[in-house]
Amino acid sequence: MADALPLISARGIGKQFATVEVLRDVDLDLMPGEIHALLGENGAGKSTFAKILAGVHRPTRGSITLNGRPVEVTSPIAAQKLGITLIHQEPISFPDLSVAENLVLGKADDGWFSRMPWAKMTREAKALMDLLGVKIDVTRPMRGLSIADQQMVEIARALASDSRLIIMDEPTAPLTPREVETLFGIARRLRDEGRTIVFISHRLEEVRALCDRVTIFRDGNKIATDAIGNLSDADIIRLMIGRPFKEYMHKARAEIGTVALKAERLTVPGLFQDISFEVRKGEIVGLGGLVGAGRTDVARALFGVAPAQSGTLWVDGVAVSIKDPSEAIALGLAFVPEDRAVAGIFRSLSVEENITAAVPRQIAPAGFIRRAIERAMANDSVRRLSIRLASLRQPIGELSGGNQQKAILARWLLTDPSVLILDEPTRGIDIGVKAEFYDMIGELAASGRAILLISSELPELLALCDRVLVMSEGRLTADIPRAEATQESIMNAAVPRRVAFEGVAA
Amino acid sequence: MTLLRSILLRREAGIAVMIVLFCLAVGAVKPQFLTFDQLRIILLLTPLIMIGAMGQMLVIVARHVDLSIGSMLGVSAMVSGMLYRYVEVMPWWAGIPISIAVGATLGLGNGLLITLFRLPAIIVTLGTLSLYRGLTFIISNAKQIDRQYIPSELKALSQTSPIMGIPWIIFIAFGVAILTYVFAMHTRVGRQVFALGSNPVAAPLRGIKVTQVTLLVFAISGALSGLAGILYASRWGFVNPSNTGSGFEFQVIAAVVIGGASINGGVGTVLGTVLGVLLLGCVAAALPLLGIPGTSQAAIYGAVILIALLIDRSVRRQGIVSLKRAGA
Repeated sequence: MADALPLISARGIGKQFATVEVLRDVDLDLMPGEIHALLGENGAGKSTFAKILAGVHRPTRGSITLNGRPVEVTSPIAAQKLGITLIHQEPISFPDLSVAENLVLGKADDGWFSRMPWAKMTREAKALMDLLGVKIDVTRPMRGLSIADQQMVEIARALASDSRLIIMDEPTAPLTPREVETLFGIARRLRDEGRTIVFISHRLEEVRALCDRVTIFRDGNKIATDAIGNLSDADIIRLMIGRPFKEYMHKARAEIGTVALKAERLTVPGLFQDISFEVRKGEIVGLGGLVGAGRTDVARALFGVAPAQSGTLWVDGVAVSIKDPSEAIALGLAFVPEDRAVAGIFRSLSVEENITAAVPRQIAPAGFIRRAIERAMANDSVRRLSIRLASLRQPIGELSGGNQQKAILARWLLTDPSVLILDEPTRGIDIGVKAEFYDMIGELAASGRAILLISSELPELLALCDRVLVMSEGRLTADIPRAEATQESIMNAAVPRRVAFEGVAA
Repeated sequence: MTLLRSILLRREAGIAVMIVLFCLAVGAVKPQFLTFDQLRIILLLTPLIMIGAMGQMLVIVARHVDLSIGSMLGVSAMVSGMLYRYVEVMPWWAGIPISIAVGATLGLGNGLLITLFRLPAIIVTLGTLSLYRGLTFIISNAKQIDRQYIPSELKALSQTSPIMGIPWIIFIAFGVAILTYVFAMHTRVGRQVFALGSNPVAAPLRGIKVTQVTLLVFAISGALSGLAGILYASRWGFVNPSNTGSGFEFQVIAAVVIGGASINGGVGTVLGTVLGVLLLGCVAAALPLLGIPGTSQAAIYGAVILIALLIDRSVRRQGIVSLKRAGA
């Protein structure tokens, strides 16, 4: 391969979103006839890089050449014309249209009122499915196809436009082992035809089984590119996490008390299995793992948003059943969700109303909202959490992300919870506010509350937590006490490595 | 058997069964309901709704809605009516292209407001529902165009028949349905309308010109409202600034939704829409025959539409086959 000309040469690719630099000066050559893995932690920049190749994002800096010719990939359509296709984990399709139509839509540049060549279209679609060796009825609507079949349709679409570069962004996450094997077989065949496949995955075992070379990203930088045979699992993990380690001030040690929340064998089929753990008063328990490991699903189950189908919960030593968030609130639980824009804030309502939203009884003792009480409570919260705002009556959507997050935290603190579940509380907020948050979380634990902290940021878990639980693919894979927790030990438990192929053997 | 099964599994089968059951039920009380004459009456109640429904179906498939069709019908009928009244040399047929052009222009106006300012169609067309209705009053000075001004050749379209005593106007309506079918199923842009409604986020990523397709769909809806406008003049022989086209949107949207088009976009068929229109026609024809007083007809008409929608929803979940089993 060394003497071949690269299909794609990326040079000095950089990308900035607003003021945040997510990709820095990436050089990468992709060879014809190779399967190339992109590896890295969440947010390391691998997906951003892939999306730049596919025209979803425009690079802020840098240049791309295709077969030695400089090209500008200005849009996904431009990418398709250049022979580059990105296959999303959950493919973008038109669910009401037939498979055959989904394959050709947007491909033909014919006039508006030209005839749809149904017969020819169906014939060609069938031929593509035969070529891929998959049994999909091309006249059926896309809706109702399994994710695996939808991915196959996307691959067929890439072939229909004769793509030379096919990028698969974590394609295996929603697939069964058998489907993964089919996908790999097809990927190998496409490689042998001389096409280039870029494969983004968290699963080292899969990368090892499928890929020829790997490139590792970390914090927006390309760290290394090498043949997969030259790297051990330990090498790869070390390269993925070896960032300069920032030490945060840890909380004043809290008195660790009795068990506040205990879960035993919680299960939601398909999301997570047999989750058992306990959180004590004054204790901060971290929940680490990769995105999609099921951590948020566990939190949602604890809080009754999507209750577990089996398993038992104890709050303060009493077995409880939580089927609805209102029951969770009544038991003293509070949940600050991950995506505040979707699940947390009432964007167009005032800061004041957002802060007092979880305590209707307190602000409306006789059923009518007493503005004076509402204002006093909100004011007090704003002062205690030093939320920066122009006015309490301001719509919360106008505040910065960090201050919105503080307001949501303030809302739940007003309920005086004994158990606080925080899901990625510092995502997308800047460093200064992050430090304030860490202090606050420490103080909350010191005041005797039990805290379950879901975070994808390893330094955050290491700095704050008394214990770190790690989930991988819906299972609890580690319970690491503070003294033994390191980035390596957490990542080791978080990266799935055995499961991918067990179904094939069975 | 498999052919029968696949027909029964089609969504349209549910509406067809509803029409048959409804007609049999009414026929059991009033046997004259099941005659060929009655079929003519039913068909005569439907052509305007059918034409409007074809445009509305495309709009709904594209995940929009057009509430202004009744007002566009009114304006375009009124423009032609005014011309018949004040322009002596105007040939009788000229009203047809003129009304269609007026309607298409107004529809394009809706489309421009929606695409240029990224406003929701329901708000824009609610506004133009009132705006266009107001236009009708302004251009007519609030005066009706009476019978004597409507050319008799135009009126003849609703009264004379090429075959089997079925008037021209009904053939025109079915002709529009066939053209809509060809557009929706056999042109590139027709399929793009379905793609756009099925996944508006993905549509531009696949090279669909969302703005142009949206404009086209609203222009078609307007043009068909215009055609319905001139046929209103033909059918009723007058154009009234406040009555003409008033409530049209209600009947048309009801027919389209009963016909199986999804408000969530991407789904809708010409056959289903035709059946939805016919079901409304059957109900409208049955009410006076059953001796239901005029005062309560509107309420019953609305109730029947809601019941039809409820039955349709449960059929859609279970399939017509299991519905038959439950009914047997």
